Amino acid sequence: MIALSDYLIVSAVLFTIGIAGIIINRKNIITLLMSIELMLLAVNTNFVAFSRFLDDPVGQVFVFFILTVAAAEAAIGLAILLLVFRNRRTIDVEELDSLQG
Amino acid sequence: MTIVQLIFYGCSVMLIASALIVISSKNSVRSVMFLILTFFYAACLWMLLEAEFLAILLILVYVGAVMVLFLFVVMMLDVDFAALRQGFTRYLPLGLVVSAVLLYLLFSLVGSTAFGPESFPIPEPRAADYSSITSIGMLLYTDYFYPFEIAAMILMVAMIAAISLAFRGKRKGTKTQKVAQQVRVKKADRLRIVKMESEKRPSEGASQ
Repeated sequence: MIALSDYLIVSAVLFTIGIAGIIINRKNIITLLMSIELMLLAVNTNFVAFSRFLDDPVGQVFVFFILTVAAAEAAIGLAILLLVFRNRRTIDVEELDSLQG
Repeated sequence: MTIVQLIFYGCSVMLIASALIVISSKNSVRSVMFLILTFFYAACLWMLLEAEFLAILLILVYVGAVMVLFLFVVMMLDVDFAALRQGFTRYLPLGLVVSAVLLYLLFSLVGSTAFGPESFPIPEPRAADYSSITSIGMLLYTDYFYPFEIAAMILMVAMIAAISLAFRGKRKGTKTQKVAQQVRVKKADRLRIVKMESEKRPSEGASQ
């Protein structure tokens, strides 16, 4: 059968892919948001695995709240992305430097 | 190899493969599609962990709503994706080094015996009448009721924020309802009753 460490290794690899996505795709905001989603998914998988192996449903309640906050974050992030594209005609992170003064 | 192991290793390999395609794809639409696939395989893993409610929630809410929102935004923006890929090879070595270090650290922690079957024995399968929705619901509506309401408020604030950010105000030429005018309307404005004599059809008169 499958041990807890197997689930933890899978979600560790998933989290690392998310971090690598943020480092590699410096220009595209959409891919950055998707990498954040991957990292949140890895964290949620950890929560679910610990909830199963410790036999404690509180972990699943936390996954519920993380999903809620992540949905809110995605909605607001995409709305901001839409505004940035309307005003600057680009979603390149390196060109969004108007706050530097 | 049992069927459970087969499902676990198959889903894990496909999960990681599709996550790799998400971060390395040239086309953002393809990235979103493979992100959806990643969520499906993650839901399969959650099913193996007997978190049925959350697995279904992940597919219904995340794939059904959030990822479709992503897809809409990607398709609505007229972006030159080729230009956005220019720094890819520049940052690739840094990304590989950071992920290798992070993977080494995480593996040395979670791959050790501390989380193996000796310290965390593999749990018995749940009884057939066990319901994960019931166990989550009992917690959510008692101990975690206050955070639950705050979560509802967060969702409402996010909805208002997203609408107010993306709304550009009324534009000329769009057809909208005027609610005040609709409420103010009287019966006499719309309805006209015509008085007239009743008539007999000629065919009915012939048959009698």
